Amino acid sequence: MSIWTGILLGALAVYSWKFLGFMVPHTVLDNPRVGRIANLLTVALLSALTGVQMLTSGATISFDARIPALVVAALLLVFRAPFIVMVAAAAAVAAIIRLL
Amino acid sequence: MSISVGLATGLYGISFGALSTAAGLDVWQTQVLSLLMFSGGSQFAFIGILAAGGPAAVGAAVVSAWLLGVRNGFYAVRMNPILDAVGLKRFVGAQLTIDESTAVATSQETKVLQAKGFWLTGAAVFIFWNSMTLLGAILGNALGDPKVWGLDAAAAAAFLGLLWPRLKERQALAVGALAFLVAVITTPSLPAGIPVILAGVVAVIVGGLNLFAKRSSNKRAGE
Repeated sequence: MSIWTGILLGALAVYSWKFLGFMVPHTVLDNPRVGRIANLLTVALLSALTGVQMLTSGATISFDARIPALVVAALLLVFRAPFIVMVAAAAAVAAIIRLL
Repeated sequence: MSISVGLATGLYGISFGALSTAAGLDVWQTQVLSLLMFSGGSQFAFIGILAAGGPAAVGAAVVSAWLLGVRNGFYAVRMNPILDAVGLKRFVGAQLTIDESTAVATSQETKVLQAKGFWLTGAAVFIFWNSMTLLGAILGNALGDPKVWGLDAAAAAAFLGLLWPRLKERQALAVGALAFLVAVITTPSLPAGIPVILAGVVAVIVGGLNLFAKRSSNKRAGE
């Protein structure tokens, strides 16, 4: 498979999930259990993405400058800093630590 | 909120563009990924597998991106009754159904604000993500390692910022903590993309059995 074929096939595959979700009848979410699972699924996936993005490099777990960066980000979230300020601060902390 | 989420995602987009060219894709391939796949996790998985496995790993890259995209389907189930989109609007809405647009929409109180949050955030992220992807891809070589600029930390912080407002109840906190641990701990032993899906299983189990729920929160759990 060429890289271009993979790109187009992969894009279609990702879109298929998105569109499929819109084809499911509304009543699916009337069930409190399904609604609860859908809510918690967002939490689980965002948390997993945070963890993977923060603590892994490829297939290895790594502890590096991203950890203090995320500690600073969390502190800024506690103090209700704007989203962009929090993200920029995390980037700056990681960049400065790596520079030192 | 929509614009700041879009800007933050833009930082992430520069990182994606630069990493994609480093993985061996050209600027056009990188840009088409952002335009058509338009799902950060899937795109990073796609180029990550290619970077590690080369052109022989294209099949694995497609499967990995596909599996990582499953969460968008669940977001779409949530967004469908909020958007009431039919026809072309549904096709466009589906493409904009991603972490950021769903997270902003579902943190609003009323249906009108939820729909507004979805469209504004989806459009803002699409514009910033694609323009910053292009910038990142072009600057890729000049920028050198995106880690030097802390862009990998910025990506993690963006996910944390989207997660944060959803961690108010004990059940959500428990799921967030378990999902975080499951995804990180299983990363060395599972193919890229699978740990995040596995973390989703935590939500299905905890939500299905209604574990860790306070009695007072049961009434609101199905919102």
